[in-house]
Amino acid sequence: MHRINLVKILSLLLLTVSISVNAQHDSTQEGHEEASHSGKDLKTEIKEYINHHLLDSHDFGLFSYTTDEGEHKYIGAPLPVILWDGGLKVFSSSKFHHGETLAEVDGNFYKLYHNKIYRTDSEGTITYDEEQHPTNVKPLDFSITKNVAVIFLVGLLMFVLFSRMAKSYKNNLMPKGIGRVLEPLVLFIRDDIAIPNIGEKHYKKYMSYLLTVFFFVWIINLLGLTPLGVNVTNNIAVTFALALITYLLTTLTANKNYWKHIFWMPGVPTPMKIILAPIELLGTFIKPFSLMIRLYANITAGHIVLMSIIGLMFIFKSWIGSPLSFGLAFALALLELLVAALQAYIFTMLSALYFGMAVEEHDDHH
Amino acid sequence: MEGLNFIGAGLIVIGAGLGIGRIGGSAMDAIARQPVASGKIQTAMLIAAALIEGIGFAALFAA
Repeated sequence: MHRINLVKILSLLLLTVSISVNAQHDSTQEGHEEASHSGKDLKTEIKEYINHHLLDSHDFGLFSYTTDEGEHKYIGAPLPVILWDGGLKVFSSSKFHHGETLAEVDGNFYKLYHNKIYRTDSEGTITYDEEQHPTNVKPLDFSITKNVAVIFLVGLLMFVLFSRMAKSYKNNLMPKGIGRVLEPLVLFIRDDIAIPNIGEKHYKKYMSYLLTVFFFVWIINLLGLTPLGVNVTNNIAVTFALALITYLLTTLTANKNYWKHIFWMPGVPTPMKIILAPIELLGTFIKPFSLMIRLYANITAGHIVLMSIIGLMFIFKSWIGSPLSFGLAFALALLELLVAALQAYIFTMLSALYFGMAVEEHDDHH
Repeated sequence: MEGLNFIGAGLIVIGAGLGIGRIGGSAMDAIARQPVASGKIQTAMLIAAALIEGIGFAALFAA
């Protein structure tokens, strides 16, 4: 028992110390990254490649190579660019030629700079302020980027799969085809996630969301492990949107018990109630926030580590590099398969837990 | 004082690792004692591990 307490205190201490250390040194970090871009050796090149992979892009690039004549070739598909710049402007991203040329639309010139679209003059000059941020006009960008395209594709895929599955139940109770794979998963969400956490009475109205979010996150995480270079769930905006839906559903469907437990917790002395109310209120925001960070950070970390291990192949300049890199990458890819499913499960699980809190009825105790 | 944030990140990883390790170990003990309840224990274990991991990642990204 003594040892356990020691470990607890030690890890708590380490956490608090390191968090405060991090808070202090946060601001110096950005300067380092700017400086490392100027020299272009192998390590920075790998780093840039990883950063490039983690970003969203305006075309669906599979890979690129340089020919013997020194010409850059890109293999992939262009995607539509939709801008709002005093009017709707729609054009194909192939006009940018991967950032190498300007796109001219209705007399305006647009330049792709660090994956963001700026309006420029006909020479493509970009002006900077003191902090090296471009001062050019940035039109509102509603483009179908790579991430958006993948989200649409996954949505369509899920629609086709599940409507076929639903149709197969019309004639008999045995699922056919893909339904045989999906039925146990759907039942798992219902029996092991929804009912234990939300309760028999209320679980039905949340099932559609729980199923959607589980399969959406899982399929997208799995696609991220294919060589397509898809990385949707390591875009924080995507996980933010998912967490926002969970938050809105929790807040809008909550019963009066939920609000009572936040603002005026029963069974607690009055001075404590006043202290607890703001903490509990803050807690309602922290819960979806941690959902967002967890999914985003797990997938991003997985991608960074996987790509760094692949990068090892180029850093070791001996025969040992390739087998080492292959072995590690293979093992990590297997682990990432588990993480892909686990993160989808945890997101669904915690969402169900929050919904359960929102509709819980407290008549039986207190 | 330059690399302190990386030391901090390392400490966080140690802390989170210890925490998740303890959760896993305790869950193993619990399953060994009550194999019938392994499903429930596993769920609780995953939730607790996910919460610690969330803190670990949040701090790691600040580094």
